[in-house]
Amino acid sequence: MSETHAHSAAFVRTAILPPAAPPPGQTGVLRWMRENLFSSIPNALLTLLALYFVYTILAAILPWTLNGIWDAGSLTECRAIRDERGLSTAACWAVINERWLQLLFGFYPIDAPLLARLFYADELAAAGGMDAVFGPGSNATARIEFVGTMRAELGNALVFFFGYWRPLLALALLVVAVAPVLYNNLPRGMLIFSLIYPFLAVFLLWGGSIWGPISVALGLALSLYILKYAGARFGGLLGGLAMIVTLLCFFFNPLSLLGISGLFPLLPHVSGLLGTILPFGLPAITSDDFGGFMLAIIIGTSGIVLSLPLGIVLALGRQSSMPLIKWVCVTFIEVIRGVPLIVWLFTASLLLNYFLPPGTNFDLLLRVIIMVTLFASAYLAEVVRGGLAALPKGQYEAADSLGLDYWKSMRLIVLPQALKISIPGIVNTFIGLFKDTTLVVFIGLRDPLGLTNAIRATGEWNGIYWELYVFVALLFFVFCFFMSRYSMYLERKLATDRR
Amino acid sequence: MSDAQAALQDREINRSHMTVSDEIAIEISNMNKWYGTFHVLRDINLTVNRGERIVICGPSGSGKSTLIRCINALEEHQKGNITVDGTVLSTDLKNIDKIRSEVGMVFQHFNLFPHLTILENCTLAPIWVRKVPKREAEETAMYFLEKVKIPEQANKYPGQLSGGQQQRVAIARSLCMRPRIMLFDEPTSALDPEMIKEVLDTMIALAEEGMTMLCVTHEMGFAQAVANRVIFMDQGQIIEQNEPKAFFNNPQNERTKLFLSQILGH
Repeated sequence: MSETHAHSAAFVRTAILPPAAPPPGQTGVLRWMRENLFSSIPNALLTLLALYFVYTILAAILPWTLNGIWDAGSLTECRAIRDERGLSTAACWAVINERWLQLLFGFYPIDAPLLARLFYADELAAAGGMDAVFGPGSNATARIEFVGTMRAELGNALVFFFGYWRPLLALALLVVAVAPVLYNNLPRGMLIFSLIYPFLAVFLLWGGSIWGPISVALGLALSLYILKYAGARFGGLLGGLAMIVTLLCFFFNPLSLLGISGLFPLLPHVSGLLGTILPFGLPAITSDDFGGFMLAIIIGTSGIVLSLPLGIVLALGRQSSMPLIKWVCVTFIEVIRGVPLIVWLFTASLLLNYFLPPGTNFDLLLRVIIMVTLFASAYLAEVVRGGLAALPKGQYEAADSLGLDYWKSMRLIVLPQALKISIPGIVNTFIGLFKDTTLVVFIGLRDPLGLTNAIRATGEWNGIYWELYVFVALLFFVFCFFMSRYSMYLERKLATDRR
Repeated sequence: MSDAQAALQDREINRSHMTVSDEIAIEISNMNKWYGTFHVLRDINLTVNRGERIVICGPSGSGKSTLIRCINALEEHQKGNITVDGTVLSTDLKNIDKIRSEVGMVFQHFNLFPHLTILENCTLAPIWVRKVPKREAEETAMYFLEKVKIPEQANKYPGQLSGGQQQRVAIARSLCMRPRIMLFDEPTSALDPEMIKEVLDTMIALAEEGMTMLCVTHEMGFAQAVANRVIFMDQGQIIEQNEPKAFFNNPQNERTKLFLSQILGH
């Protein structure tokens, strides 16, 4: 080469070099370790120090976890077994083994008649048959005793699958309903089920006549139909008004101010009429019996599903050029965001009753869901606003210049991009919302943390903390981890503007 | 003279369809616009006949982009009248959307929709604004993508295309709405020299078909090749307008002479 240079700078390659393997020690684990763990003396020291820390922590946690005692009736028994085995620390997982159903479902009643018919038929016959035990006018004390022994004998697994089939089915169908929303390679027809699901879930969880949820669905469908029909015929404003009147007539009593009642709202008449024609239903369960992780899922998913559209509307409203809409949205967002969630929950549980007309019995769980939804939507509005602001102005202009009107350009151009930008923030808010559902313990709902208190209050498990909290933490972690992973999947899938 | 300009002059321009009719496409009379108290456009009077190809040039900040953005109401004017295809531009949203769907616009930074494929970019407006069936919209889109010579990119995303290709897609996207007037807002200013030619070729092909065009551009080779009128603007006013030959060879105003000497001098 040097000779070539000495004579002239011109160079022409005549043969192409074949690719060669890298020199030894430049690939694989060794190279990675040298580069990342032992690249210099301070780094090597830090690596060793970190390894020592990891070792100390695991040395403290692993024996406690793995030596855990699964089979015991009380904390005292647990400790006796531990000492007997000569262990210094051991988790008392027996409490989870015994009480996991309660942590999952709170005091939600099991379907005892079904369990008895399926697995306890002989004893049921001995006790005098279905009507004698569960029928109207049966002896309550005897029934409680019968159910108690049946539960103990059948074991938690059978009770889980058959005693709680209603919340379990609701959860399984939730997965089916949510799947087409989350993964768009599933058939679009499944979205119809997603629309039906909320009413089905209410029926499964709360029970009562099936015509209640169906009538509510009919009322909503009727209102939307009137909005569409009247909107097309008489313009958007009149259509909207007609829809509001329909909603009022169906769900509220617009004449109550005049002291007239009876005819409105139409809802109980419709569902009552349908109920007399074809009575069908499940045993009714009130919200007071709801509890455990089920409660967190109910509040969390309803909050997530309802707050996203509301948050988007608020974010768009905040950007609106119409001052009234803009200021309503700004005030709402700032007021809701400026006050702690726990204050709103207390408002929902205590203060709201003062403002509602006397005699209205407004379900506490519903009030909590509404408050959590409003709270999350204010945060979402700000997250989505960030996404809207991040879009180049040219996108709005291009949409405008093609003749798309406001709603179409928002729906087709602006929101798909703005929401994509906001995915991490949106999921962050959802995870926060889901974990914040534990705050309802302060207004007397039995969320998983509240139930740990209830379990500790019993004589057998008095003084047990870690095991219960670890279990609750794991339940929450599984859900939050799924959400976080899903958001990363979605980001990767939607990354079309990569260069 | 740049390579792109030289390349343009090699090309034989087919002038058989480049006819200017008596029909008025755009009429702007006594139009004024302010940003706050800043008077950006001052007393603009301009009549564009169907089939005209007008190049607007001028120093930066002279209001040339603002002028053509007023024509499809991306900017609001405060005084005077703009009539597009017989429709007077007012604040009525229906009116504005109607004019926008008749007037195509091409931007300096392309402004393609990055979350949609090239084909979806081209079919979106026809489907949602014109209510064209999807299949028909796709056929039209492929026709225009072939016209701008990139049908093979139809299923890619804008981020995967070069700048010149993106700008040609942007032109095709506008054409899919079958506009009667096309506005170009510095379509080649954000492009590498090599890509300028492919975009200018596309624009020339459009001019050859008789499209009414208003182009804000500094490509003087393009102006000389296809424009039938060149407008020079400065400080929000039309300083001089003339046909290209007279405009370039014999400018009248001192400001125009200075501008031309600066952009053609090197």
